[in-house]
Amino acid sequence: MSLKSYIITRALLTIPTVLLLVTIVFLIVRVLPGDPALLHFGKTVNPTALAAVKHALGLDVPIYAQYYNYITGLFQGNLGIAFSNEQPVAPQILSAFPATLELSIGSMMVAVIVGVLLGVRSSRKYGSVEDVVIRTFGVVVYSIPVFFLGLILISVFAIAFHILPSGGRIEGLVPTGGTIFGVHVRTGLYTVDSVLAGNLGGLVDALRHLVLPCTALGLYISAVFLRITRSNMLEALGQEYVTAAKARGLKERTVLFSYGLRNGLLPVLTIMGLEFAGLMGGAILTETTFAWNGIGTYIVTAITDRDYIAIQGAVVFFGILVSLVSLVVDILYAYLDPRIRY
Amino acid sequence: MVVIGIAIVVFLVAMTVLSPVIAPHNPTALSVGPADSAPSLAFPMGTNRLGEDIFSRMIAGGSTMMEVAGLSVLICFLIGVPLGLVAGYSRRMVDSPLSLLMDSLYAFPGLVLAIAIAAVLGRGVVNLSIAIAVVYIPTYFRVVRSQVLTIKELPFVEAVKVEGGGTLNVLFRQIFPNVLPSIAVIASINVADSVITEAGLTYLGLGVNVAAPDWGFDIYYGYQSLLAGAWWTVLFPGLMVVLLAGGFTFIGEGLSEVLNPRLRR
Repeated sequence: MSLKSYIITRALLTIPTVLLLVTIVFLIVRVLPGDPALLHFGKTVNPTALAAVKHALGLDVPIYAQYYNYITGLFQGNLGIAFSNEQPVAPQILSAFPATLELSIGSMMVAVIVGVLLGVRSSRKYGSVEDVVIRTFGVVVYSIPVFFLGLILISVFAIAFHILPSGGRIEGLVPTGGTIFGVHVRTGLYTVDSVLAGNLGGLVDALRHLVLPCTALGLYISAVFLRITRSNMLEALGQEYVTAAKARGLKERTVLFSYGLRNGLLPVLTIMGLEFAGLMGGAILTETTFAWNGIGTYIVTAITDRDYIAIQGAVVFFGILVSLVSLVVDILYAYLDPRIRY
Repeated sequence: MVVIGIAIVVFLVAMTVLSPVIAPHNPTALSVGPADSAPSLAFPMGTNRLGEDIFSRMIAGGSTMMEVAGLSVLICFLIGVPLGLVAGYSRRMVDSPLSLLMDSLYAFPGLVLAIAIAAVLGRGVVNLSIAIAVVYIPTYFRVVRSQVLTIKELPFVEAVKVEGGGTLNVLFRQIFPNVLPSIAVIASINVADSVITEAGLTYLGLGVNVAAPDWGFDIYYGYQSLLAGAWWTVLFPGLMVVLLAGGFTFIGEGLSEVLNPRLRR
């Protein structure tokens, strides 16, 4: 199969997956016991008012009609209208997204660097005390709930030593489209915005706010990278071409990086795609811990408000995002490793 | 590794079961000490905002988490394993739609899905267990299915078929026992994940919210105290969650090491 036809097939396969996923979420919110509108507004609201709200939100038509409306709306980028403020959900989610994206990118960087370095180290020292220590670190970090790790970091670095901020993305209140530190908010990624404006103070401040949440989330995800790098390196280093390279008298470093890591790293890419889902889940908890105004915080507010349309919107958004990321990763993987295009 | 893991888990379960006898204070008695007081001889782990003894709450607080984790694994086992067996053994007509459904669920951010289900279902041990189970059923399904695909081609299965063994006989008496070791590995790692997911949902305000003490709830509840400097209100319940999840992870890691000799040199 050529790369082109692989990409087309893989992209076409994403459509039923996303559609199925949207349907599952739709059904969870509509079919499970309880009328979502009633759950939100409580039993005290008078029936006429409730009927009016349901009509305004399009919840008074039969379920198949609601489904049709929802799916057609989805293709136009419409995620429904929130109960709590009767505003469209999609723009609210899009404006919260840059915060989540910035957190995710930073955390992924921490995860890959820590995970791959420790994984290589531990495979090199296979069976030694160091290997055991690194693997124990992996198990412990993976067993720590990400929000608990975040809370520990806060109490050490923010509360006990006052080195880093305990939460928020940047000092002061930031209106969307407004300015922070004289930096105009363009992309919503504060680090990028301050670089674009050439504002060093803003950049430093934004980075200072990123350190703790990215460390918490990154370390949590790093355990997976550590494990996969270690086992792939062990497998790669056991191959005959590595023994041959060693026999030819190549330096250990050359063998390790040019022969071992190059082949050991490919699966790491796949895991990056798979772990993106875990990253999104972790981001929700991390955002709550660090008062980070992203989609996670949006979901938690929606939970408190019992705003099912907003929850549904955020969940669908995450689902589509994760599917697209895994599509991109698969294509990248096929490009790098021709064997995958069966 | 397996031994360490089992020791940790047995210790924690025994502690929870024996809590009425060994806890120095009633874990839900208010104001047994001053509010948010630091660890001391009288209160080895300090007290929380309501003046409850944290040490006693730690001894007694594991039951909800263990119930939810255990129940969700049971649900996963009862649904994921049979579906995986059937999908792996049957032809494409059954296998393809099932696999597509499971792959969609698997690709989904687990916690996000659990949040949606837990939010709609409402509080309670069973509801929370269902929310968590839905996330992990695809894992069981995929592992069992892929194992069945290889095992069903093996000569001993062919032999039973030739002797006239029925489909159910082949599936549950011949293939199932051979899949069990892999299921044991997933189940133990899955319990660890369930524990962490349960703690996460509770932290987001979707917990069981019972009157009984609960580690997950204590982390959620201690947040305000922690920001005021009372780190012990969060540290100890957090460590208990880590210990429980870590115990199960050790069991899973150890088991998979034993069952996957390729990684041993």
